[in-house]
Parts: sequence; C-alpha cells; structure tokens
Amino acid sequence: MEGIVRDVIIALIKIAIVLGGVALGVAYSTYLERKVAGWIQVRFGPMRVGPHGLLQPIADGLKLFIKEDIMPRQADKLIFYLSPVICLVPAFAVLAVIPWGPDFYITDLNIGLLYIFAVASLGIFGIVMAGWASNSKYPMLGGLRSAAQMVSYEVSLGLSVIGALIFAESLSMVGIVEKQMTTGVWFVFLQPVGFVIYFICGLAETNRLPFDLPEAEQELVAGFHTEYSAMKFAFFFLAEYTNMIVVSSIATTVFLGGWGSPFAFLGIEFPRSLGIVKSVLDFGMPIFWFLLKVFLLMFFMIWVRWTFPRYRYDQLMNIGWKVLLPFAILNIIFSGLEFTLYEELDWYLFYPLAWLIMGVMVVFGFRLIKNFDQFSYSKMREEGIE
Amino acid sequence: MEEKGFGTEELIVNMGPQHPSTHGVLRLLLTLDGEKVVDCEVIIGYLHRGVEKLAENRDYKQNIILTDRLDYLASMTNNLAYVQAVEKLMDVKVPERAEYIRVTVAELQRIASHLVWLGTHAMDIGAMTVFLYCFREREEILNLFEMLCGARLTYNYMRIGGVSCDLPDDFAGKAYKFVEKFPKLIDEYEVLLTKNRIWLDRTVGVGVISGEDGIDLGLSGPNIRGSGVEWDVRKAEPYSIYDRFNFQIPVGEKGDTYDRYLVRMEEMRQSNNIVKQALEQLPEGEIMAKVPRIIKPPKGEVYHSIEAPKGELGFYIVSDGTSTSPYRLKIRPPSFVNLESFKKMIKGHLVADVIAIIGTLDIVLGEVDR
Repeated sequence: MEGIVRDVIIALIKIAIVLGGVALGVAYSTYLERKVAGWIQVRFGPMRVGPHGLLQPIADGLKLFIKEDIMPRQADKLIFYLSPVICLVPAFAVLAVIPWGPDFYITDLNIGLLYIFAVASLGIFGIVMAGWASNSKYPMLGGLRSAAQMVSYEVSLGLSVIGALIFAESLSMVGIVEKQMTTGVWFVFLQPVGFVIYFICGLAETNRLPFDLPEAEQELVAGFHTEYSAMKFAFFFLAEYTNMIVVSSIATTVFLGGWGSPFAFLGIEFPRSLGIVKSVLDFGMPIFWFLLKVFLLMFFMIWVRWTFPRYRYDQLMNIGWKVLLPFAILNIIFSGLEFTLYEELDWYLFYPLAWLIMGVMVVFGFRLIKNFDQFSYSKMREEGIE
Repeated sequence: MEEKGFGTEELIVNMGPQHPSTHGVLRLLLTLDGEKVVDCEVIIGYLHRGVEKLAENRDYKQNIILTDRLDYLASMTNNLAYVQAVEKLMDVKVPERAEYIRVTVAELQRIASHLVWLGTHAMDIGAMTVFLYCFREREEILNLFEMLCGARLTYNYMRIGGVSCDLPDDFAGKAYKFVEKFPKLIDEYEVLLTKNRIWLDRTVGVGVISGEDGIDLGLSGPNIRGSGVEWDVRKAEPYSIYDRFNFQIPVGEKGDTYDRYLVRMEEMRQSNNIVKQALEQLPEGEIMAKVPRIIKPPKGEVYHSIEAPKGELGFYIVSDGTSTSPYRLKIRPPSFVNLESFKKMIKGHLVADVIAIIGTLDIVLGEVDR
C-alpha cells in the first residue's frame, strides 16, 4: 500500500515538473520565435519588457488573460468552448511518454509511439470543430483545410518512422533511445530519408510555414481561430507551440538518439571522485542533450518559417499524396533490405552500400513521380477533366 | 456545378474591404466551389474622395497636392504627370536642371514603389522576411526625399515650370551611394525568391493574361510588359528627357505572375541605371521656368500620360481660358484600369491565388477610387 502511495506521489511530482517545464518552454518558444524572426529580419524583436524583452511572454500571457472574451452570436456555444480544450489536451497528453532523460519520464508505455500518434491526431478535432462552431466562412475554410491537410500528412508521418522502428525493434520511446545507445548509432544515419519525410510532415502537422494553410494569415485572415479571442485563442496558440515541442521531441527520440550525448563515442565518464556532483551531472546531462536537440530542431522550424513562402492548397495535397507518401512507402521497403544488410555486413561495407542504395532510391523515386505526373496529366487532358 | 446525390452549394465569401491582403479597402465578392473561385465581383469606392471634382474648384497650383494623394506610394510620379500636363497646355519650357532632377526623383520613386510591391506581394504569398528587407531600402529612398522636400509620403515637390527647391548639397552624393549598392540588394531579394521552388509553384502559370487580352482591357505598365507587349511610355512617346538615357524595357513571355515579377525586378535595375546616369549628367542652372504667378492656361484641352510605377498615368485637362482652375480634370489611373483584368486572371484559380493576383496587379486603392 505504501509503495503505491509513494509511486503516485513521485508520478505527480514528475507530471508537475513536466507540465510546468513545458508550459514555460512553450511561453519561451514564442519568445524564441520572435527573437529569431527579428534576427533574420534585421530588427531586434521584443526589447521592452524586461532585459532584452525576456518578460515578454509573461506580459503576453497576462494580456491574453485579461482580454475580453468575445463569442459570435451565431456560434454553437458548447462546441465553441470545447474546441480549444480539445486542441490543447492531446498536445499535453502526449508529453506523458516523452523520455527527457534516462530516469526522467512520466511513464514508459510499451506502445509509446503508437500512443503518441493516436493521441496527437485527436487535436485535429479541435481545429475542425473550432472552424465549424464559429459559424463563419473564413474559419470554416480554415477548419476544412486543416482536416484535409492533417489527415493526408498523418499517413506519411506514421509511415516515415516505421523504418526506424525496424531497427529499434520496439515501440517504447525509452526502448528506442536505449537501442540507439547500445548500438551506438543514431537512426538518422540509418534512416535519413525517413527523417526528412518525418520532419516535413511534422511541419505540416504543426501548421507551420510553408504548410500553415489552416491559418494562412493573408488568405483566411486567421483561419480556424479568426473568431477566437482572449484565453480561448491563447489555448490554440499554446497547443500549436506545444505541438512544435512534441514533434521536435519525437524526432529527437526516434532519429537523433534521444538523450544520448553526441560525444558518447569518446567514452568519457564523469570521475567517481566528484561524488554528489557526479550523480547530478549523470542525471542532468542527458536532459541537457535532449533539450539541446529539441531546441535545435525548433530553431530550424522557425528558420524555415521566416524564409519560405507558403504552398497553395492543391500543391500541399500533391506533395502529401504524390511525393511524401510514395517515398515513405519506398523507404519502408528499403528499410527491410537495409536491416538485412545491417545484420550481415561489417559497418565499413554496410554504410557505403546502404547510402548508395538510398541515393538510387531517391533518384528513382523522383523519376517515377515525375513520369507518373506527366502520365496522369496527359490522361486527364485526353479525358477532358479540368 | 450540378451534382446528383449530395447537393453541394457554392460558397459566397466576402473578401474585404477589411482584409489583411487586399492592399487597402478593396472588396471582393468571391463565389467559391470548394477552394476554387467560380466567379468574382470587384467592388470599389470605399476610398472615393472626389479628387476630380475637387480639382475643378481649386487653382492649378493647388491641384498638385491632390495628385499626391492618388497613388500615395508614388507621389512624385503623380506630381510629374500633372505638372507636365499643365505645362503642355501652357507650352512652358522647363529648365534642364529641373528636368534632370525630375527624372532622378521619378525613377527613385519607381524603385520605392516597386519595393513596396515586392514586399507586400511576397508577404501575401507567405515570405515575410522579404517585406522587411524591401522596407529597409525604401526607407533610404524616403530619407532622400525627406532631405529634398521635408515630406516622406506626400511630397508636393514638383511645380508647374520646374521643381519647388534645388537639390540639397549632399543629396547627389547620398543618392549616388544608394544607387551604387542597390543592385546587390536586389540580388539579395532574388536569392530568397527567384529560384525558390515554392515561389515558382505559387507564381508560374498563375493569373495568365495574353498580350491581346491585356491590350483590350487597357492593361499597362509592368503588367502588360509581363505579357510580352513592349509598351512603355518612356520609350514609346518619350516625355521629359527620357530619350537621353540608355535603358532597356524588360518584357516577359507568358504573362503570368512570375513573368511580371521578373519584369519588375529588372525594372528596378533599369531605374537604378537611369538615376545613375541622371546624377552623372546633372547640369547646373535654374530649377524654375518663368511662369506667371497666376496660372491661367489658354483655352484648350490636353492629354498627357507618363509611365508611372503602376502603369500609364494620364491627366486630361480642359481649360476654358478664363478661369484659374481647370474646367475639367480627368485622371487615367493605372491601378483602376489594371484592376479590370482581375476578373479575367482569377477565373478557375484557387482562393490562395486571389491574393497572389491582387499582389501582382500592384494596385493602390487611393488611385483606384480617387
């Protein structure tokens, strides 16, 4: 009995730390976004609130909190209230299985990755419902766009990690990281195509440029959250940034060796003479590496956002179904072959061969897609379809 | 669209007058089938101030400030078109130096206007950073203009018979410095956009209009040149002293958004070239012709048009010979006429293309509604 109580208390503490940490991280990722944007655009970004604008996220939060909450008269009240919550809850629920460090995760499900994909995709309902409940045209277009977009990209997203799973031989997030630690190779080197597909789909899943169509500012004003204000809007905002963190965390876990240090191959360990410092470092450094990798990925996402224009709706669909999906499937087939080679060959034979096959696959894939496109266009023209 | 089974309805969306990317108070009534634009009605008039009527009750000099407020992103060229029209009516010969100054500021204004176009157009398509880069350079041009006449947006700089004040001492030096470095900065924008795969996907084949259609609809300026029609008033009917400068007129081929983009980018380079030549050849001398204090043109009428950044800007003035204000002033604003082609360009495209096409037409609502 006492054991259970202790476990529950420990779990609660962990949950509190993760939730608090991520909430703060989300707030400061908006700060990061604005600072990086400022840096890219030769300006300062937030500078007024606190030194270098460091208190800006808090000021923003306060402002959103005390703002008037407006609801359109024609809106479906219940769903209107519910959708921001539905959007936010899955985003946070996913955090339960993300392994921040070897001894620091809320739980280790043996189907961790499946759980993440299952729960994360629930977030779409929030967006679609928000679009519908606003009873307004721009949000509806935004909601429908996002439904279509998320459903199409979810497929490739799921398929893109299967290659890595073949090597991991496990669905547990901790298991995946530990496999990378024991074999000493991050799956991004075995599965670069999978990583690229995953990351592109991740951008689409988090509604970020170049795939931010559901809220395309210049077309749909603000997309699905046009009618939302104050805290309800803040919920969507939070959900978006939490999703960014989640997507980066999954990429880190599955492809970038999780909490593993990039210098692990040197085999350096903290000397035993450090005593308590050693145990703190042993606990802290993995978390540091994990967060650093997440930070770099987020930085990359922000960088992409402020550099590229936005895709159009039909182009987005074309990329999802005609480019990413075929590649994801090709990648699975290739992974099977690669795994066999991996088991059979020494590393100096395996890597050149694997990367060669991969290169051929990519070139071949692009050719195939191009030819198929031309073929389908000519067919469409023959049959007179617009 | 008639369908059996599930009935689908067309959706009518009101885009504007308050919308982030209609470039002012343009209102579009879009009929959508899904994301596809089936029909589109352009509704204007939200910024109507009755400039043409106001002009009938003011004297010729006072009307210059009204022209500032037509295309407020290119006041200098508006001034130029108007004063040249009056000069043509009165047969005034403008001094050399004034002509050079006019050409210099007009071409700088063209660059500034194109920079705003590029920034907003890119931002509409989602590339926000280009916008701030463009405004960085536009700022320098505005600073130059501020040195020149104290104003940053509505300059009221040109006068009938010349310009209001001579160039400040360090103007030529600063302008030259800007001109020297500007081509490199254009390259910088092009790095971000010209070969960018997404930019190509979004602009190639969007908003296509053929040269003939363009002529039928009165399209002018970079828009018609994008369709391969080599029509530039600066070359076709050289006004001022444009025949003395060496510059090319870039033309596109297909008449899509991408070609118009390339045309305008090249035009900025050419304008830059003209400014450089003008600054090098700048003569000394008077900046105002001998013009009577009270302007009372002889009875008659005149039409004069110039190549404004947005297209052919024309002023038609009727003078009754007795009054100090025009009997009738008619403006041919390029934005208004160019907007006619919008309907033709948008048919069958998607919602996202609507804003791309508004961007590529480069309209300013102050000029559309007058």
